[in-house]
Amino acid sequence: MTTDTTSSGPIMGDPGPTGRFGDFGGRYVPEALVPACIELEEAFRGAWADSGFRTELDGILRNYGGRPTPVTVCGRLSDQLGVRVLLKREDLAHTGSHKLNNVVGQGLLARRMGKHKLIAETGAGQHGVATATAAALFGMECTVYMGEIDTRRQELNVFRMELLGATVVPVTSGSRTLKDAVNEAMRSWVASVADTHYCLGSVMGPHPYPWMVREFQRVIGDEAREQCRDLLDGGDPDVVVACAGGGSNAAGIFAGFADDTSSELVAVEAAGGAAVTTGIPGILHGMRSALIQDEEGQILEAESISAGLDYPGIGPEHAHLADLGRARYVAAGDEAVLEAFQLLARTEGILPALESSHALAWVVAASASGELPAGSSVLINLSGRGDKDVAQVRDILRGRA
Amino acid sequence: MTAVPSTHVSGTLEASLRAGRDAGRKLLVPYLTGGLDDEWLLVLEALAGAGADAIEVGIPFSDPMIDGAVIQESSLRALQRGITPEGVLADLSRVDVGVPLVVMTYYNLIYRAGHERIAGSMQQSGVRGAIIPDLPLEEVGSWAEAADDHDVATVLLVAPSTPDERIAAICERARGFVYAVGRMGVTGEQVVLADSAREVARRIKAHTDLPVCVGIGVSTPEQAAAVCEVADGVVVGSALVRRLLEGAGPEGAADFVGSLRVAMDAG
Ligand SMILES: Cc1ncc(COP(=O)(O)O)c(C=O)c1O
Repeated sequence: MTTDTTSSGPIMGDPGPTGRFGDFGGRYVPEALVPACIELEEAFRGAWADSGFRTELDGILRNYGGRPTPVTVCGRLSDQLGVRVLLKREDLAHTGSHKLNNVVGQGLLARRMGKHKLIAETGAGQHGVATATAAALFGMECTVYMGEIDTRRQELNVFRMELLGATVVPVTSGSRTLKDAVNEAMRSWVASVADTHYCLGSVMGPHPYPWMVREFQRVIGDEAREQCRDLLDGGDPDVVVACAGGGSNAAGIFAGFADDTSSELVAVEAAGGAAVTTGIPGILHGMRSALIQDEEGQILEAESISAGLDYPGIGPEHAHLADLGRARYVAAGDEAVLEAFQLLARTEGILPALESSHALAWVVAASASGELPAGSSVLINLSGRGDKDVAQVRDILRGRA
Repeated sequence: MTAVPSTHVSGTLEASLRAGRDAGRKLLVPYLTGGLDDEWLLVLEALAGAGADAIEVGIPFSDPMIDGAVIQESSLRALQRGITPEGVLADLSRVDVGVPLVVMTYYNLIYRAGHERIAGSMQQSGVRGAIIPDLPLEEVGSWAEAADDHDVATVLLVAPSTPDERIAAICERARGFVYAVGRMGVTGEQVVLADSAREVARRIKAHTDLPVCVGIGVSTPEQAAAVCEVADGVVVGSALVRRLLEGAGPEGAADFVGSLRVAMDAG
C-alpha cells in the first residue's frame, strides 16, 4: 500500500495556502470572490485549531445529529456475497445522510464570520435539506439552488426544504442539474458575499472548500476505523468503499484510513458521470480536477439515475488520490444500482440512497467476479437513506412491469 | 467585409488605448459573443465603425459562471451553432476592423487548448489581449507568461471587494488595461449605476497609470458618461448583446454603440 510516499506530509493532509492536492485544486474564481475565499480559509484555520469550536461542533453532531453513527455487520448479505460486509450507517444521521456533518460545521463557521445568510446548491436535495436544517437550527436565512430536473426527481425534498423555512430556486440554465445549480449558486454568491456564506455541499469548489469539507466529513472515517477495530479483532477492513459525486462522503471515510491503515480504498462513480475514470484534467467551479469534457474543453452533461452523482467533475483531492494510486476509482451503471438498492432492502431491511447504492453495486459485482476474494472484509459507507428515492424507483420499476 | 491579410492593428493593446486616452478620448469597449450568428463579423465591423476603441470578443463556454442571463443565452446560441474556440479565432483572423481585439473566455478552454498553442493562435488572429475572469492573480502566472511571449495582453480584473494591497499587486501583473468590475454581481443590465462603479475605478487609478475601464453593470449612454468622469473608459456587454439577441443586427448595434460614443464624448 502507498501509505509511505516520498512526500513528507500525510496523504490526506493540509493542502497549504494555495489549496493544492498534487496537480489539483487551487482557487479559480472571479476576483470578486477571492477575498471571501481568503476570509473563509482564515476563519476555518482559526476555528479548526480552536478547541471551543471543535467541542461545540462535536456536541451538536452528537446530541442533535445522532453521532456516532453505528457500523452494522450485515449477516444475510455477507452470506449471499461471500464477503464480510460492514456498513457505516450515515443513513441514520439526522436528515438521513452524511451531509449534516458538513453543514453544521459550515453553519457554525458562518456564525463565527458574522454571516447570517446561507446559500447552497443541491442535487438530490440531501445537501439542500441539510443546509436548510442548519439554517433553521442557527436562525439563519437559507436559499437553495436546485436544477429544475432535480426539483422534479426529488419533489419531496423540495417540500422538506420549504417546510424547514428555506427558499428553493429551480435552475433552468444548461443541463438543469447539479452542475448548473453550482453555477447559479456561485453567481448569486458574487452579488451577496458581504453577508452571505456559500455552504458548498461537497469536497469541491475553490480552496478552502475541498479541504474544509473533507475535514468536516473526516468524523465518518475516524469513527469507522475505531468501530471496525472493535468488530474485526483490532484489524482494519480489507477494502473501504464509498460512492463519489463531488466526493465528500468518500473523502470523509477515506480520511480515517488513508494514512492510518493499509485498507484498499475504492470510490464508485456513476457510469454516466465518471470524472476520474473517463474524464481529463480541467477547471470548473473554482477547482482544477478531473472533468468530463469534450476536446475543446466544453463541459459535458453527466447522466445518472441518482441526482446526487449527476455531476461532471469530482473533488480535486480524489483526482490526486487516483494519481497517487492510494484510492481506486470505478464506476457503476444505473441497472446494477437499482439491483443493489433492492438487494439491501430485502436482505438487511435497509433502503439505501441511490447514491450509496453505487458503492453497494460495486461490492456485489466485485464479489461475484472474485475481484473481492471470498472472506474479505468490506466497509461500505452507506452515505444516506433511500426514502427520498422511493417514488423514483417505484416509477421505474412499475414502468417495466 | 473583405478578407484582409495580416495587416492588423499594430502595437500593443496598452499602446493603442493609451494613445486614445492621451488624445483626450474616453475608451469605449463593446462586448460581442463570438460566433453568435451568421452576421457576427459584420457586427464587429459595425462596432468599430461606430466608435469603439477596442472590441471584446467572447469565446463561448458551456458554463459561464460570471455571466448573467443575456450572455448565458448568447453563449448557448453560439455553441449550438457549433462554434469552437479555434473557430472564433479563425474567423477573427479573416477580418481587420482597425481597432484592437480582446478575447474574453473561461480558463478551461485555454487550459484544454494549451497555453502556448492558444496564445499563438490568438497572436496569429490579431488578438491583442485576453480576459479570463476565473483566472485570478494567484493562478494566472503560467498563462500570463505564455501570453506575454505572444504579445497578448493579460487583462486582469479588480472588484469592489478587492482590498487596496491586492489592487496594487493586480495592477503590477495586469497588461493592456485594468478591468474594473463595476458592481458585485454577474454581467447584466442595470437600471441604476452602482455607486461601486466609480468608486472602484477611483481606487484603481490611485495605484496605476494603466488605462482603467469599468465593465459589468454599465448599460446606458448616461451611465457610460457618468463612469467616465472617473474611469478612462467602459466595457458594455449585456446591453449590446440583448439588442443583438432581439435582432438588432449590425445597424442596430452601430446605433447603440454610436449613442454611447456621443454621450462619452459630450461628457
Ligand atoms: C446520500 C448521498 N450520498 C452521496 C452523495 C454524493 O455526494 P458526495 O460525493 O459529496 O458524497 C449525495 C449527494 O446528494 C447524497 O445525497
